Amino acid sequence: MTVPHATTVLAIKYQQGVVIAGDRRATEGFQIAERRIEKVFKIDDYSAMAIAGAAGPCIEMAKLFQVELEHYEKIEGVQLSCEGKANKLGQMVKANLPMVFQGLVVMPLYVGYDLKRAEGRIFKYDLAGGRYEESDYHAIGSGGKDARNTMREHFLRGLAEPDALKLALLALYNAADDDVGTGGPDLVRGIYPTAKIVNERGITDVSEQQIRSIYDGLIATRRSKET
Amino acid sequence: MPLPYYVSPEQMMQDKAEYAKKGIAKGRSIIAIEYVNGILLVAENPSASLHKISEIYDSIAFAGAGKYSEFENLRKAGIRHADLKGFMYSREDVTARSLANGYSQSLGTIFSQEQKPLEVEILVVQVGHNGHANEMYRISFDGSIIDERTFAVIGGKSEAVQALLKEKGLTQPPELREALSLCIASLEQIGSQKLSLETLEVAVLDRTREGRRFRRLSPADTKPLLAP
Repeated sequence: MTVPHATTVLAIKYQQGVVIAGDRRATEGFQIAERRIEKVFKIDDYSAMAIAGAAGPCIEMAKLFQVELEHYEKIEGVQLSCEGKANKLGQMVKANLPMVFQGLVVMPLYVGYDLKRAEGRIFKYDLAGGRYEESDYHAIGSGGKDARNTMREHFLRGLAEPDALKLALLALYNAADDDVGTGGPDLVRGIYPTAKIVNERGITDVSEQQIRSIYDGLIATRRSKET
Repeated sequence: MPLPYYVSPEQMMQDKAEYAKKGIAKGRSIIAIEYVNGILLVAENPSASLHKISEIYDSIAFAGAGKYSEFENLRKAGIRHADLKGFMYSREDVTARSLANGYSQSLGTIFSQEQKPLEVEILVVQVGHNGHANEMYRISFDGSIIDERTFAVIGGKSEAVQALLKEKGLTQPPELREALSLCIASLEQIGSQKLSLETLEVAVLDRTREGRRFRRLSPADTKPLLAP
């Protein structure tokens, strides 16, 4: 059985919060199943998650996670803490373990703005539901290693927001360069990776126009090296 | 074994209704009123943490008068119903009408079958968007359901407040500030005492918001609204 798989997603901390981004490709074996899939989801006002693995179960987990957090907030009258949300997602990943043996892997990357600590936080998971906090950046999916290599070379503590966004998009570009499962910017169809900013003010989508202009600059630099 | 006394069904229902009404009238009133951009809910509530008004879903809010523990249970059941339905089908399939029907069913069953009826009166309101009208349902302790227009009042001296609001003869939905001062004036007149903003629980269902349209207004939000 082959099901669509979603591929490189990453998160980078910057001075005021976190940038979370992902490519748009889903593959089914050697075929491209979907060119416009969204892998970065807003979960609530202060958190977002990105997914890698079998697309269907991944999207379902994101949707269920959204409902769980909203439900808690409405019943209790207050939001869960950032830590609480991260733990809840860990339990959901753990509950999915039997499906992993059937080949349906769901791997989330969770970012949240912790209002109490006044900082952005990144959490990664393993298949058994283990939850690990990352201090600077992380990437998962088939191109995750390539993206991490790029981020390792260029990451600095206390990056400014535009620089963190640029680094995120560069890492995705390099991942797409080396990994068949990851989609780069599709200039013909006008499909670009998506990114969200998580900070004290909540979650903001980075506009497609902004992402396009960053890629225009990046591609121009690459092209100049070739000639 | 002694025979139980015979009580006619009419008498039993009347007793239960009287009991419930007494419990509800002890509390204070809650008003829901339509304003230009949605629905405003105002409750007299000295507690800042035990809410009488709550969000149920994207454009649906709940208000309960009477016994806190009883309407709190109803509120939670409503949220569960809405979240489950929204997850199973789609967010747009969660409606105040179906929720109000559910409440009406369970309140009716409890009223006729249990020893003690619930001493609650609840409001389920939904703000309409994309040209749809607002919906306001008032549900009583016996499960009777009333579809209200323009405004709805529950709890305390609700009939007096209702009569007072009716007198104003609202033809157009007022601005938010107007609606709020109207509610406060009515509550003050019926309770014959001045109310401070700290003792009011205020919330709106604002149709200009995206997604979740419910928003609480703290005294810090309402103060500038009421400033001349």
